[in-house]
Amino acid sequence: MTDQQLPTSSLDEIKDIRRIMERSSRFISLSGLSGIAAGLCAMGGAWLASNRLAEYYLAYNSRGNFEGPDFNKLKLDLFILAIAVLALALVSAFYFTWRRARHNQTPLWNVSSRNLAWSMMVPLGAGGLFILAMLQYSEWRFIAPASLIFYGLALVNGSKFTLSDIRYLGYLEIVLGIVNTQFIGYGLYCWAVGFGVLHILYGAIMWWKYEKDSVN
Amino acid sequence: MKNPINGLNKVFESRIRLGVMSMLMVNEEVNFNDLKQMLEVTDGNLATHLVNLEENGYIRVHKGFVGKKTNTTYSVTKAGEKAFQDHISALENMIKGMR
Repeated sequence: MTDQQLPTSSLDEIKDIRRIMERSSRFISLSGLSGIAAGLCAMGGAWLASNRLAEYYLAYNSRGNFEGPDFNKLKLDLFILAIAVLALALVSAFYFTWRRARHNQTPLWNVSSRNLAWSMMVPLGAGGLFILAMLQYSEWRFIAPASLIFYGLALVNGSKFTLSDIRYLGYLEIVLGIVNTQFIGYGLYCWAVGFGVLHILYGAIMWWKYEKDSVN
Repeated sequence: MKNPINGLNKVFESRIRLGVMSMLMVNEEVNFNDLKQMLEVTDGNLATHLVNLEENGYIRVHKGFVGKKTNTTYSVTKAGEKAFQDHISALENMIKGMR
């Protein structure tokens, strides 16, 4: 018998197969800290937005009427804020995942992360365009629910290619988005819960579950 | 190809060939660079093993282009899937026999 036919090496072989299958089909370097960082950005953004809204309503109350330029300025400010928050969240999330990938010595851009990115891009891209179309018609009421629902769908879709726990985060975002449609006035709060609180919670749980023991 | 004693497949005695098959079992199509990156092997080494797998009818080669660069992708054949599963079963049986 050659060495490779011994039972102990069969076990090694099975382990090898399992490792390669996992690593090539799921992107496992997604860091919990990325979730926490993105969540904090979202919370900060929601706080700034609520201040800006308060300012707007204050102006309305003191004057007693809405003025066109005010509303346009508000829309522009919130739009810029949203883009800035998104960019900051992406950069900080990317940083922690990049750090973890380097720590694990796995490439950041491989077959599994490409699959993950693509499977999330489709619902996110569709959602983004849908939201822009709503803005085009000044339909602001469904922006928060739509962003939550589309983001949730992207997570559920992407969960096939990364840690499967992310699916539950997706379900929660979708439920929250649908609940939000019935409480339209609370869009910003739902948004803060969905993108802020849930991300922070999810990130903390993931960190605890997968990374706690491998901190450098 | 089968080892008459325990049903292990000789083709999969090589770690690299086994690795290629493992990747192709869970991904519809994988290109040369991704295989190379995941299995940490040199171009020449990987190419030799891929030819061997292709000659055994376990994998299919698709030559394509991305822009002007060639992009060769690989996928598993029905025969390859069967051979891989038989090999895994044989491994499992050996482990069971050990206990």
